Amino acid sequence: MGIVWKGLVESLRLLLAGDPYLWGIILLSARVSGVALLISAIVGIPLGALIGLTHFPGRRVMQALVYTGMGFPPVVIGLAVYLLLSRNGILGPLNWSWVPQLFTVPAMILAQVIIATPLIIGYTMAAVSEVDVNLRLQLRALGATPRQITWTVLQEARQGVIVALVGGLGSIISEIGAVMMVGGNIEGSTRVLTTAILLETRRGNFDFAIGLGMVLLAISFSVNFIVAQFQRKGQ
Amino acid sequence: MTATPLYTLRHVTKSYAGRTVLNVDALDIHRGEILAIVGPSGAGKSTLLRLLNFLEFPDSGTLSYRGHTVQPNNVPLSLRREVTTVFQRPALLSTNVWRNVTYGLRLRGERDGKANMQAVMERLGLTALGRAPARTLSGGEAQRVALARAMVLDPTVLLLDEPTANLDPYNVGLIETVVAELNHERGCTVVLVTHNVFQARRLAGRVALLLGGHIVEIADTHTFFESPRDPRTAAFVNGEMVY
Repeated sequence: MGIVWKGLVESLRLLLAGDPYLWGIILLSARVSGVALLISAIVGIPLGALIGLTHFPGRRVMQALVYTGMGFPPVVIGLAVYLLLSRNGILGPLNWSWVPQLFTVPAMILAQVIIATPLIIGYTMAAVSEVDVNLRLQLRALGATPRQITWTVLQEARQGVIVALVGGLGSIISEIGAVMMVGGNIEGSTRVLTTAILLETRRGNFDFAIGLGMVLLAISFSVNFIVAQFQRKGQ
Repeated sequence: MTATPLYTLRHVTKSYAGRTVLNVDALDIHRGEILAIVGPSGAGKSTLLRLLNFLEFPDSGTLSYRGHTVQPNNVPLSLRREVTTVFQRPALLSTNVWRNVTYGLRLRGERDGKANMQAVMERLGLTALGRAPARTLSGGEAQRVALARAMVLDPTVLLLDEPTANLDPYNVGLIETVVAELNHERGCTVVLVTHNVFQARRLAGRVALLLGGHIVEIADTHTFFESPRDPRTAAFVNGEMVY
């Protein structure tokens, strides 16, 4: 119990003192997961709405692919991205400027986008499917275009869409396998909260590891608290 | 009533899962009239309304609106927006009354209609409910919001699908009065689907009986009720079970 208490006190001291190492890790985590979530949302929400609201050939196959993606182990995604970007991989040897290099922030963002996007598509799909079919018919009868109908349905399903975003963020901010594999946990460059916790625990710096863990929990709690406020307002 | 019909239907059929639910040989709907479609459940009344609102399209035959032959993906948005429907179950957005009523105007990017909106809200007794969440409304209030939402658009055609089913006499009376005013004052064409023959008699200039997807008889309201040609019409207006 002493070690936990000591860790809490020490983490609080480092946070309040503005420790550059600790804050560097926190800010990098926020940047990597924030950008990844933004990209996943831009891709995932419209795709989820499209699959949830329209009928087209291959829809069921797409749904099955999304559900498979939702359950994919992050470490396997990390391996796939590693093989894709490594010098001996598929894209690595091509030296295209837009292809991220391994052990960089863009590579970590790419891995996190691949993890979060199916979750956001899947949750959005479920949320828009729950919206009353009669409402969609009524919107058409009021002269809404397909794009206006989609936007209105997304607004009606906003609580589900928020859950999709929270689910997506939760899946990437607490993920370790993929970012470790494609980021390499390089100090000052690709070290994020989860990889730092692993490293500091192995080094025996439990107070620092606990501090990082507390920060991770605080971020998670804050996001969920904000979502709960949104939901309360929505009701 | 003008010589050129607003809608012309010829040999229109519509089927679901191989079952023909609508088979209309000929139907003309004239600008500025109130046409009531009566008939038992499953007669094809709501299907006919969906075709008239371009929400669905005929499997065969011709449906034209203002001379424009209606086919999937060929109805211009401007024409589509001349017609709207108030359904039996008012599907409202999960926001307040004001946002629901202005929804169609916002879709059209219109600001001018908001002046008309105050008058519509007042006429339907909704002024005090402007900020009320839609989910807190009674059935009658919700249906009045649905009617207001359609009316502020100043539609050329208003389609009403059992708009007063399950409502109390006050709401029925108010909605009927407002629909009649809309028709008389603005020349709005109204197609009313109802089980209620008394409502058809009170509101409509012409009445059609739909049975098994076929129009059995269509006539002016007086003739339809007082001297129907078809025995099934006579039976229906007398409250007998007709299928």
